[in-house]
Amino acid sequence: MASADARRFRPDSVRAALRVTGLFGLAFALFAVVLLAAGKDPIRAYGDILSSTLFSSYGFSEVVVKMIPLMLTALAVAIPARIWLINIGAEGQLFMGALFTTWGAAHFAALPAWALLPLVAALGFLGGGLWAAISGVMRAHGWVSETISTLLLNYVAIFIVSFFVFGPWKDLESANYPQTPEFPAAARLPMFFGTRVHLGLLIALVALTVYHLVLTRTRWGLEVRAIGGNIEAARRSGIAIGRYILVLMFVGGGLAGLAGMGEVSAIQGRLRPSLSPGFGYTGFLISWIAGGNTYGIVASALLMAVITAGGDVLQMAHRLPGSVVNILMALMLFVVLTRRRIP
Amino acid sequence: MEPLVALRGIAKSFPGVLANDRVDFDVYPGEVHALLGENGAGKTTLVKVLYGFHQADAGTIQFGGRVIQIRSPHDARRLGIGMVFQQFTLIPALTVVENVALFLPHLPAVLNHGVIAKRIEEESARYGLAVDPWAPVWRLSIGEQQKVEILKLLLARSRVLIFDEPTRVLVPHEIDGLFRVLANLREHEYAIVFITHKLPEVLVCADRITVLRRGVVAGTLMRAEATEQGLVGLMFGAALPEYDLRRREPIAESGGPLLELQQVDTGGDGVSLQGITVTIAPGEIVGVAGVILGLTPCIRGRKIIAGQDATRWPVDRIRRSGVAFIPEDPLRMLIVPRLSVLENMALADTRKYARHAGLTVDWSAARGDLEQSTRRLAQEMLPLAVPAGALSGGNVQRLSLIRELSTDPRLIIALYPTRGLDMRSATAARDLLLAKRDRGAGVLLISEDLGELFLLSDRLFVLYRGRIVGAARPEETTAQEIGRLMTGGGVAGG
Amino acid sequence: MSVPFLESVLLGAILSGTPLLYAALGEVIEERAGIVNLGLEGVMLMGAVTSFAITVQTGSAALGVLAGATAGSLFNLILALLVVTRRANQLASGLALMFFGVGLSALLGAPYIGSRIAGLNPLEIPTLAHLPYLGALFRSDILVYLAMPAAALVWWGLFRTRWGLSLRAVGENPTAAYAAGYSPRAIQYQALFIAGLFGGIAGAELSIGIAKTWAEWMTAGRGFIAVALVIFSRWHPLRTVWGAVLFGGAVALQLQLQARGASVSPFLLDTLPYLLSLGVVLIWAGGRHHAAPASLGRVFEGTE
Repeated sequence: MASADARRFRPDSVRAALRVTGLFGLAFALFAVVLLAAGKDPIRAYGDILSSTLFSSYGFSEVVVKMIPLMLTALAVAIPARIWLINIGAEGQLFMGALFTTWGAAHFAALPAWALLPLVAALGFLGGGLWAAISGVMRAHGWVSETISTLLLNYVAIFIVSFFVFGPWKDLESANYPQTPEFPAAARLPMFFGTRVHLGLLIALVALTVYHLVLTRTRWGLEVRAIGGNIEAARRSGIAIGRYILVLMFVGGGLAGLAGMGEVSAIQGRLRPSLSPGFGYTGFLISWIAGGNTYGIVASALLMAVITAGGDVLQMAHRLPGSVVNILMALMLFVVLTRRRIP
Repeated sequence: MEPLVALRGIAKSFPGVLANDRVDFDVYPGEVHALLGENGAGKTTLVKVLYGFHQADAGTIQFGGRVIQIRSPHDARRLGIGMVFQQFTLIPALTVVENVALFLPHLPAVLNHGVIAKRIEEESARYGLAVDPWAPVWRLSIGEQQKVEILKLLLARSRVLIFDEPTRVLVPHEIDGLFRVLANLREHEYAIVFITHKLPEVLVCADRITVLRRGVVAGTLMRAEATEQGLVGLMFGAALPEYDLRRREPIAESGGPLLELQQVDTGGDGVSLQGITVTIAPGEIVGVAGVILGLTPCIRGRKIIAGQDATRWPVDRIRRSGVAFIPEDPLRMLIVPRLSVLENMALADTRKYARHAGLTVDWSAARGDLEQSTRRLAQEMLPLAVPAGALSGGNVQRLSLIRELSTDPRLIIALYPTRGLDMRSATAARDLLLAKRDRGAGVLLISEDLGELFLLSDRLFVLYRGRIVGAARPEETTAQEIGRLMTGGGVAGG
Repeated sequence: MSVPFLESVLLGAILSGTPLLYAALGEVIEERAGIVNLGLEGVMLMGAVTSFAITVQTGSAALGVLAGATAGSLFNLILALLVVTRRANQLASGLALMFFGVGLSALLGAPYIGSRIAGLNPLEIPTLAHLPYLGALFRSDILVYLAMPAAALVWWGLFRTRWGLSLRAVGENPTAAYAAGYSPRAIQYQALFIAGLFGGIAGAELSIGIAKTWAEWMTAGRGFIAVALVIFSRWHPLRTVWGAVLFGGAVALQLQLQARGASVSPFLLDTLPYLLSLGVVLIWAGGRHHAAPASLGRVFEGTE
């Protein structure tokens, strides 16, 4: 077909996947050494992680639960990255999406679920999208690099959420616990089969599919790929670069906002400052590892989710501090970084 | 007296072109030796050999009488050979003092800015290179930045100074300033090599002139022996071949002019176009000889396309009104390397190939247009699915021509369309432009290749330093005359 | 004695600002050489945990500071290996380094969680320590006293030495620096090593100077604050002093307001330093000359 980028199951892709797997194997081996040095049995540790994540049906469902926001934030980074925009602000966009969602859930509590859920989803998208659009505007006019502005706005977003949660929206019945009142049932995203896997999964998968199809088959995707391939040529062909900067930042931020909506609506049920354990930053890394490739995003999100869940296992079963899995995550990134040339 | 530096029998070739063919060149202390020639004559290659950027295939370099090796710019600088490039190597954020200090060979660990500033002021005063040592470079004009480049060389104790086309980016009063500086340096026994393609400059400041033509020394003469006519003859060849002017049917005037430029000035750094007035009618090729630095926006004057004032139109509007641009470096400016040939074709007009409000792209329509355009231009089909970046240079040029001409434009603006192409591709490109012209399109052809201009143009303009200095029909003039005008001959004061 | 409001805030600002200042000074050095370090958080954590552990083991806070600085510099060399030798993407490498630091420090610090130590003893400056209100400032530990001289030292090093000039040249245009005979790679390694020293010291001040304990991820984002601080100070070491006081002051102001039951939300105040940083970049955006080192700008534009 026409798209040179849409090579899917060609041999070189398979070879590349094998190479990456080999690299990850190296990282796992190095982490095993770390575990040994900490006086733990790596085989047992890995075994426990696998059995409680991939080989347990509840464990696997929890992995999927973690994957949902990761896939969305990875897209939030990957979409602007198609024209070389660097979005480190997925975290803040996620929080703003959650903020808008919370507002909607509170103000429209009387609506039935079939109306309220799409509304809060739209609000979540809008919150994250607008927050990212601020950086988009500044970049489109050539004022501020989006790397700097999205990074700074992350903090502003988190503090704004804290302001509301500790202040005007504080749940008076929760005494000293900083959180908003619980969402009405109609605003809670439904979950499946008694697990915590929620409708957000569908949203994430649809978003991934749409991303892939738009990029490879539509006129807009062609123009985006042209800008990413040779911005000078794209400009001379009459493509409106500034408009795409705005749109891609908005859409990316919107997806991060949906991640926030999913977390607050399905998982937490109320807005808390501890909403996200760094989904935005992990999403950045996933997008970077995957190179914007749709299957790569899913695979990397799965990997990161397993590792994060593994942290809980290591903490409970092996009495290691949970954040020790960050070492494994970092090792994986290091081995990829030492090989990769251009994103 | 020995020359300070001598190049003997230098030969240097690159794939497909012999840039220097047994060239002898030397320079004495206290002289300005100009290296004159057309673009592509091999001047820059020669000095790059001297400066250590290239290694010669044959020949020797002598310094103070001894044969030496120059393997890198570091070697050259250690010998005291310095070069002022066309692209400055200054760091804009740093001050003049800091930029100069950076290039000093023996800089103490703790800087003493005052001492360096004093030395700068001394050298400035001696040679007329006035510049504020404490100013950050980004605040300096191009002319002042050039002065800093020269100061860098002087403070690093260079004795041989090479200037590569130094007046290309200067405005007239800055050029006069530069000539005064060169005169000063000459009096202080510096050996100066001055590369240019402009006659008036050479006649003003050179002591000796060496003319290169297609990699060979056409002649070396003292200033006193040089005349404008003589130099032009050496640059372009004494007996210029008769260009094969094809018999062409004059095309009947159908409708008004396609393009009118009225007193157009362009902005931007360096030399800009001034007061350009050109008209292009359907069915004619208007050739422009001379240097144009890309398509910069026009800040004064009017651009009228097919009767409508297009001065403020954005790019895609201009394209949609039937204008095609063929840029001088299609791989960098027109083609997206990682997209396939077919996808690049679709970029010619994404709006046209979009279906369902942009949800899909009609690839078969794009393919059809590509095939049709290819056939009409009598070319071979290019492979559709290959990424455009994998094509050869000639094929990239072909793709850009096929794509730009597929929209059947009424007006084609072609900048150096055959630069860097092999013979076969160049001929094919020229045939394309002629074919379009024969079918009623108007072409604005900008080129440095006199043969090409004479072959294709119905009318010719000559630009020198941004102004039109001549206009004629090819059958009424000679290549000699055009060459003379292109290099500034007959223009008072340069 | 009840210390008046402004003085309390100022004292708090200087105390909170000290680790920020050290970290930002290190970051100024590496960014001036063309490298962004989003992993500064990890460097600080390694400095914090190492200095705490060594202080507990040896009883000497001085050794603790040295150990923290060393740990920071060695840790930062990982970034050098990735970014300078392997030419990896700077932002991704930095974030990876952050995760590494968080995890490794958590592992190493596990035995020490919650221990309280005397840590860095306060050093009283005679006479000044007895000033009314501001006297408390002169009963701080030595790292607080050394912070401003450190800023002056960094300024001197960057702008008055050959090494500093070559470092700035590398951050602006590595090709020009190379053409002038300097080695961009060697200089960047040196810059990252020194920046790591500063980051480690910043962490040490946090754990054995201020908090006098260890907790997982105790830097709580200060590494990123330091990166923002560098932007706010437009890459100038002396301006980072003001920035550190401002950013540190936001925290101190918040605490003082809470203590006095004021109604202004501390969180909105917390946003101020970041909004100000953004404002600073915006204001200087229109100028033809951008304050960021040119080669660093390419990182921010994604073209590096």
